Amino acid sequence: MANIISDETIDYVGILAKLELSEEEKEQAKKDMGSMLDYIDKLGELDTEGVEPMSHVFPVKNVFREDVVTNGDIREEILKNAPGEKDGMFVVPRTFE
Amino acid sequence: MSILDMTAVELAAAIKNKEVTVTEATEAVLAQIEASESKYHCYVTVDKEGALKQAAEVQNKIDSGELTGPLAGVPVAIKDNMCTEGLLTTCSSKILYNFVPTFSSEAVLNLQKAGAVILGKTNMDEFAMGSTTETSAFGVTKNPWNPEHVPGGSSGGSAAAVAANECFYALGSDTGGSIRQPASFCGVVGLKPTYGTVSRYGLIAYGSSLDQIGPLCKDVTDCATIMEVIASHDTKDSTSVERNDTDFTSALVDDVKGMRIGIPRDYFGEGLDPEVKDAVLKAAQVLKDKGAIVEEFDLSLVAYAIPTYYTIAAAEASSNLERFDGIKYGYRTEEYEGLHNMYKKSRSEGFGAEVKRRIMLGSFVLSSGYYDAYYLKALRVKALIKKAFDEAFAKYDVILGPVAPTTAPKLGESLSDPIKMYLGDIYTISINLAGLPGLSIPCGVDADGLPIGLQLIGDCFNEKKLIQTAYAYEKERGAFGRKEDK
Repeated sequence: MANIISDETIDYVGILAKLELSEEEKEQAKKDMGSMLDYIDKLGELDTEGVEPMSHVFPVKNVFREDVVTNGDIREEILKNAPGEKDGMFVVPRTFE
Repeated sequence: MSILDMTAVELAAAIKNKEVTVTEATEAVLAQIEASESKYHCYVTVDKEGALKQAAEVQNKIDSGELTGPLAGVPVAIKDNMCTEGLLTTCSSKILYNFVPTFSSEAVLNLQKAGAVILGKTNMDEFAMGSTTETSAFGVTKNPWNPEHVPGGSSGGSAAAVAANECFYALGSDTGGSIRQPASFCGVVGLKPTYGTVSRYGLIAYGSSLDQIGPLCKDVTDCATIMEVIASHDTKDSTSVERNDTDFTSALVDDVKGMRIGIPRDYFGEGLDPEVKDAVLKAAQVLKDKGAIVEEFDLSLVAYAIPTYYTIAAAEASSNLERFDGIKYGYRTEEYEGLHNMYKKSRSEGFGAEVKRRIMLGSFVLSSGYYDAYYLKALRVKALIKKAFDEAFAKYDVILGPVAPTTAPKLGESLSDPIKMYLGDIYTISINLAGLPGLSIPCGVDADGLPIGLQLIGDCFNEKKLIQTAYAYEKERGAFGRKEDK
C-alpha cells in the first residue's frame, strides 16, 4: 500500500507545522512523508484491539508546588537573547491593523 | 602515565593526591583540543578562558576540603543540547545560533557541585535528530578511529571527544540510541539510564517521553561514578523518579556467577554485519565462561520498534519545536510580512532538512483524522513492546546484543536514504520506548580497525546489573583504546 501525499495535504501540514517549504522542498517532503507512512503502516499488521495507548512507561501523577517565585529578576539577561527588544519587552511584528 | 591517558576517576585521585593540579589537567586537555580539533571537530564551542577560571576555583575548593568527591577537578564536555548558563547552547541548529541560556540544566549543575570543569559544548545532530552527527548546522564531526567515518550520533561530538582525549568524559542524551550508538562507533562506554533517573530540566527537548541524559566515558568505573553524580530527583522535571538505589559504584563487582543473560535471536538476523555478530557472541561467551547463564530467546516485535518510534518521536518533536518562533530567542528572518509570515520564514530558514522532515511527519500524525490511525496506534504498539520486555525480564537479568548492525559508516553515505538510516537504530530504539536502561561497551574491532559495541539492556531501575555485567566483562577484555594521538 503506497501512500500518495497530495499538494493539499503538504500545504495543510505546512500550516500546522508553521513551515514554508519551497517548491523543491515540497516535492521532497511529499516523497519522504509517503515512504515514511508506507513504513509506519507496518504497525497495521498488529492487532491492538483492547490495548490501552501507553503515553508513559511509569504511572505519572501531577506534581504540585506552591506558587512562589524562586528565581530572581533576570529580565535583562533574558531579553539579550531576543531578536528584537524595546523598553524591556519583546518586539513582535504588528498583529492588529 | 600521561594525564590524558587517565580515566576520570584516576585523574580525580591523582588530583586528590596532589600529583596533578586541576589547572595542569585542564591545560593538558585544552592543548589536546587545540592539537586535534581541526581533524575531528568534536566541539561547537570551546570555553578555554572559562575552563581555566573554573579550574582555579575548583582547585581552591579541593585544597580547602570543600570538594572531596571522586570526580572533583575533572574536565568534562557537555552535549550542546543541555543549557549552560552564560555559555552558547545551539543544539547544532542555525535557529539557536546565538542562544546564551540564563540557567544551567540540572545534570550540569550536579556535575558542577561535584567539582567538574566544563570545557565546552559538543557537536551533535541538529536537535538530536540523526545517527551520524552530519545534520549539524556547524559541520560534521569525524570518527577519531578513522576520520573518513562518522562518529555516530546524535551525541557524536561527545563520543568523539572522549575517544580523541579531548575531554575525560562527556554528557550525551539518548532518545533512540543517541548515547549508545556513538559510544559503540567511537569505542567508548555509554549508558542510557532508566527514564526519569537523570533530570531533563534544561535539556532542550526532542521526544520528551523518550529523552534521557547519560554519560560517555572511558570505562565502566567512570560510568558508574558519573551516574552517581548526575542521577537526582528533581521537582523541576515532572517525570523525574525518586530513587534511593543510585549508589551505582556498589555494582563494580567482578562477578557474574548465576547472572541470567538472554540473547534475543531477533537481534541476530538479516542485516547484522558478520564481524559485529562474531564480536558480540564472543563477549557473551566470555560472560558464560565467568559463570553467567547465557541462553537464546525470542523477544518478538523487534521489527515494529522503528515505525513506532518515528511516529511518537516525530509527534513529540513537532510539538516541542513549536517554541522556536523567532521572538524570544534565536534566529529571526530578515524580511517578512506580518507575524505568521515571520514565524514561517524564521523556522523554515532556521531548521535543517532532517528537522523539518520530522516536524512535518509529526504534525501530520497528530492532525485531525490521522491521530487515531497513526499516533494512538503507535502508543498501543509501545504498550505491546513494553509487555514483551516485561516477559523477557521475568526470565533474565540482562539482555545482551549488538548496539548497531554495522560499525561506523563512511561520511556522506547515510543521509540520502532516511529509512535506511533509521534502520540502523533497530537494536537501540525499543529500549527508549520501554524506558529501560541500556549500556554500550566496546567488544572488538572489525577488519577496518573500527570499534564494535556490545549492548546490555536491563529492566527499569536495574542499571546496577548492567554495570556489574559490563565491569566483569571489561576485567576479562582488558584495555581498549586507540594507539595514535596518545
